[in-house]
This record gives sequence, structure tokens and C-alpha cells, in this order.
Amino acid sequence: MLELNQVSKSYSGVCALERCDLSIASGQTTVLIGPSGCGKSTILRLIIGLQMPDEGSIHFGGQRLEPARLSDLRQRMGYVIQDGGLFPHLSARDNAALMARHLGWSDERIATRINELAELTHFPTDALDRYPLQLSGGQQQRISLIRALMLDPEVLLLDEPLGALDPMIRRDLQADLREIFTSLGKTVLMVTHDLGEAAFFGDTIVLLRDGEIVQQGAMKQLLREPADDFVRRFIQAQRSPLEAMETNR
Amino acid sequence: MCGLLLAGNCFAADERAIIVGSKNFTEGIVLGEIIRLIAASTGATVVHRQALGGTRLVFNALVSGEIDIYAEYTGTLTHEIFAQNKPASNAELRDLLAESGLVMSQPLGFRDNFALGMREPVAERLNIRRISDLRAHPDLVFRFGTEFTERGDGWPGLRSHYGLPQQDVLGVEHDLAYRGLAAGDVDLTDLYTTDAEIAYYSLRTLEDDLGYFPPYEALLLYRAELAQERPEVFAAILGMQGLIDEAQMIAMNSRVKLDGVQEALVAADFLNESLGIEVVAKSSSRIERFWRYTRQHIALVAISLCAAILIAVPLGIAAARWRRLGHVILGVVGIAQTIPALALLVFMIPLFGIGAGPAIIALFIYSLLPIVRNTYTGLTTIPTPLLESAEALGLPSGARLRLVEAPLAAVSILGGIKTAAVINIGAATLGALIGAGGYGQPILAGIRLDDVGLILEGAVPAAGLAIMVQLLFEWCERAIVPRGLRVSTRT
Repeated sequence: MLELNQVSKSYSGVCALERCDLSIASGQTTVLIGPSGCGKSTILRLIIGLQMPDEGSIHFGGQRLEPARLSDLRQRMGYVIQDGGLFPHLSARDNAALMARHLGWSDERIATRINELAELTHFPTDALDRYPLQLSGGQQQRISLIRALMLDPEVLLLDEPLGALDPMIRRDLQADLREIFTSLGKTVLMVTHDLGEAAFFGDTIVLLRDGEIVQQGAMKQLLREPADDFVRRFIQAQRSPLEAMETNR
Repeated sequence: MCGLLLAGNCFAADERAIIVGSKNFTEGIVLGEIIRLIAASTGATVVHRQALGGTRLVFNALVSGEIDIYAEYTGTLTHEIFAQNKPASNAELRDLLAESGLVMSQPLGFRDNFALGMREPVAERLNIRRISDLRAHPDLVFRFGTEFTERGDGWPGLRSHYGLPQQDVLGVEHDLAYRGLAAGDVDLTDLYTTDAEIAYYSLRTLEDDLGYFPPYEALLLYRAELAQERPEVFAAILGMQGLIDEAQMIAMNSRVKLDGVQEALVAADFLNESLGIEVVAKSSSRIERFWRYTRQHIALVAISLCAAILIAVPLGIAAARWRRLGHVILGVVGIAQTIPALALLVFMIPLFGIGAGPAIIALFIYSLLPIVRNTYTGLTTIPTPLLESAEALGLPSGARLRLVEAPLAAVSILGGIKTAAVINIGAATLGALIGAGGYGQPILAGIRLDDVGLILEGAVPAAGLAIMVQLLFEWCERAIVPRGLRVSTRT
């Protein structure tokens, strides 16, 4: 579905991604994880075309990503960022409908689709006409997800979608999200720095460090057979402090 | 809006209007009104562009054909306008004028010489009768009309001719100099010998004992071509030659300046009495004038502001999109803004002449910066995640600008337009200096006639208009700024 071949990217001399090869399987959830600055968000930004690779190529469904094709290809991807990126001047409904309306969908078709997605994401229908500033953080992320799913894209790109939420809301949304992914059967590529979240969502986990992929595989594999000392330490550091207290006693 | 423009510029298509000009002092305006009324009595279409400015400006307007006729003085022609050529005789002067396609009439019958004047008691106490007597009193305070301080036949020549030692010499608006004299802050000013104030303030005119001031015979200066095209009108106008003596001119000046009678009425009375021309000059009521000035002022502001919006918003968008170009754009409009409004108006004269047109262009230039800058700032301060979200949706750049960026920058852009409008309303009062009309006209006339009521007739509505525009924009803000940006957050 998505192929990165020898992709490199640097920002003002600092290397963010180094000769990266990555293949994202269709219909699965892949989680990119690693410490800050490891290049995990860069991969998402390169795929959605907010940045162009310095070297290498990216293919989406067999088509190479090029500036001329971006607008079309983006309509086949949904992108959700940490703060939702909702447009404050538009109501929740209009945020979701923006692109569909631009493409000339009928009002009826738009309304039907939004209601469908509101049900799927457990977004209260009566809040659809509120503005982003009037919504809670969890509701903002749900609307952001509805906006991303509006055109029924083949791929969902989620850049720390739960990062700004408090733990209770986060837990609710995690459960809802996994249910949605499973029911839709979409290809999902998610970035997180939280190992628990990665384990919760990821069919495949990709661990990055300093712009390079260190290990790739199922979570169990990372736990049982860490590729090197860094992987071991990364996993160790993220074990719950509560758990650590339990074992030390 | 259209009607407003027409009022200033266009007339019946078959016959060109005759345009009378006048310098910005009472006598010039009264003479201009006399010319206008005579020409109008022949059935011609006539406009009087009153109080256009100083000698240079009005003379240049005549040369360039923006006006057709105005009243001038021989001394001004020989010592100021043609000071370089030093014409020795009237024949030489006529030749010089003919080179520019101009003709001067026979004298109107009175002289309006320059003179120096002091208040009678002060002059008496210091025993000053002649200009040479001033040499003994170096501490006297001199305040001259702005033109007199700079003209070749004014203060510089006078000082060296008489060897005058005074240091405290400044140019002020001439009518303010009179008031300073009355208040005792000023010891001496320049006078015109037909000024009504000489008697009013009981001033002593000092004898020009070394013969410095040339004679200033009043006459008419006009364009030769028009005299040929419209001989019947000019025959009537030239009926003024030799008709006005000094006492009559002083009386007319006095009625305008001291009795507050409108120039048109004074001119009409004169024509009824001396030429037996039956003219009815309309005395415009305060309400009529208010509406006229309001129409003119709003036209100046509205046209210049609309043009500025049409140009400045796209410039601001371009500046935000291409940053390097943006520096150039912001730099250039920034420099335009630093030119004082008055100077900008004056720069417009050689390029675009006088009247509403150049004033609108100057105001347009003046309005650009606030709008360009606020558009630029509004667009460049949109948070990156929002810009990227719009891009990631797949919206093309035009749609992003229309659907996302422009609405998010709306508050800032509207603020820029509001600033420009308010600045514009104030700056437009200066337009009257170059004959653009508007609220500046009664303000200037009020200064000239020392009439606070007249000044307020312009100043109060200008302030009122600024407040109304402010309110209008606040209302617009409610209509234009998206509701989502005005709601309060839940927490």
C-alpha cells in the first residue's frame, strides 16, 4: 500500500530521516514509535506531502508521490494531528464537510455521511453545529477523525492523535479508535511515543532512533527479542513506574 | 457616488465650462466671484475653484490649463513669477506671458501694494514712521505671511534693501499674523494696502522711503485660446477693467472679513451697483454647505479607500505568500506612509494637477500601508497546524486562501481597513489646499476669515464622520468576522 525507498530528509542540516525503507501493509495498523526527534512524524509528513524527501521515493498504491499528483493522492488519505487542527471559524459540521463541499458533494450526501461517521465515532449529533472552541478536547479529536474519514480514504495517518488528552478521555478514545479501525479495516499509520498505546493499537510496531529504523515487528517480538540494547532500554524506560514499585517491594 | 465626481469635473458636453481660479486670500476670491458672476450673466457655464493656493500653484494651474483666468498683480508678475527674466516694461511682460499662451488685461483700477504695518500706539511710542526707522529697533518681533517670507519681492529682498537687523522673524498664516498683532505678541507684519484689517486694528502703514516695493496693479490673467474661443464672454469679463478703485476694494474686503458676508454676495452687490448687471448670487445656507462638503469629503475618502482595498489586500496576500517579495512590498508602502500627508498632496500637483483627482491619489497611497500590513500580518500569524491541515485535506491553494486563510485573517484585515479609513478622513481635510473641497474647505476659510464658526463647520463633521465610520466598521466586524472566532471557550 505504502512504500518508502531509501528516503532521506534533513531540516537545515539536521538529519531527520536517513535512507529509510519502509513498507506499510494494507488493512493493518502500523505504529511508529521512538524518542522525540527520531523521525517518526517526518515519515507521516512526507507521506501526506507536507514535506518532500531530499532523496528516495515514496509510492502510494503503486503511484509515486509527486507534487503534481499530491492533491489527488491526499484525497485518498486522512490526516489527524495532535491538536486536531480544526478550523476555528467553521462549525464542527463545516470542518468535516469542507473538502466534500469543495468537491461538489450534495448537501444531502454530506449530511448522511457526517451522521454515519458521528455515530461511528460516538460524536454527539447535537454538538455538530458547535464551533471547535466550544468542544472538549476529546470531541475535537473525534471531529478531526470524522473530517479525515469524510472521503472514505484508503489510509489514515494519525500523528499523536491522543497526545493532548487527559488520561480518562484518552482511555475512552483509545477504545473507540481501535473499534473503528477494526470495523473499517483501513490501513492505519499512527505515530505515538507511548509504548502502551503502540501495543494497544499496533499490528506492527516500527521503532525508530535518530532517523533510522531500529526494529520492526509485532510487539511481542520487540519484547522477547530486542534487536539491540537501545530497544531494551526504550522498553524498560516505558514500563509503568507503578509496575516498577510492585516488583521492587 | 458618481454624481459626486461629476459635480467636480464634468459639465454640459457641448460647451466647455470656463474655470475661474483664485489664490487663497479674500481679495482674490472676491475678484474671482466677480469674474464668475459676469461670465455667468452671459449664459456661459462657469466654475470658480476658490482659494486654490499660493501664487505659484495658481499661476501653474493657469499655464497648464486647469484654470482659465484669475486675478493677479503686476508686482507679483515682475518680481515673483518672472523674477529671473526681470521684465522692465509691461510690453516685455506681455511677451513673456505670450510664450505661455497667456494674456494680461488692463489694470482693474486699484493697487494692492505690499506694506509693513504696526499697531498705531506701538509705532507712536517707538516713533516709527518709515521702514528705515526699523533699523534702530532690532528686538522687534516680525511675523509675515508665509508667502512674503519666501517670495523674491518679500522679506529677503526687503531686509537687504534696508539693512534690517531683526532676528525674530517667522512666516505664519497671514491671518494669524494679524491676530498676533492684535494680541500684542507680534510687533510688525506685512500688509496688503487694501486689507480691511488696517482700519479695523488701527494699524500704521510704514512709508517705503527707499522705494523697495514695486507697484501691484491688479489685473486679470487669462489663457489666450479661451479668449479667442469665447470672445463674447471675455468682452463681458474685461468690462471689469478700470472699474474697481481702492476704496471699493477695501470696502468689499471689509464686508467679507469683518462683516462675515459671503464673497458671492459681496461680488453680486458690486456688480449690481457698478455695472448694472442684475445678478442674483445664491447665498448658500449652512445646511447646503454641510451637504456639499459632506458629499465631497465622503467621495474623497470612499473612492481612495475602495481603490486602496482593491490594491492593498492582494498586495498583502502576495507579500504573505512570497516572503522576499513581501519585504519589498512592505518596504515601499512603508516609505510612502512616511511622507507627510501635506507633502504628498503637494507632490501630486506637478503630476496630476489640482482638484479632487490628485487628492484621491494621495489619499489612496496613504491608505495602502495599514491595509497591506494587516493583511500580511493576519495571514502570516495563522498557526502552522491549521495551514497544514488545510493542505493535508487536499484543498488547492486558491481554495485554501478563500475557505481557510482569508476568514482566519479577516479580523486583522478589517482592522487595517478601519485604520486606513480613519486616517483618510483626517487627511482628506488637507485636500482643500489643492482645491479638492470637502470639510477642509470651511476649515481653511475659517482660518482665513478668523471665523471659529466656519472652522467648526468643517472640524465637527470631520470628527463625526470618523466616529461614524468607526461604528460602521464595528458593525461590519460582527457581520464579516466568522462567529466561530468570536465565541468564548467553554472552560
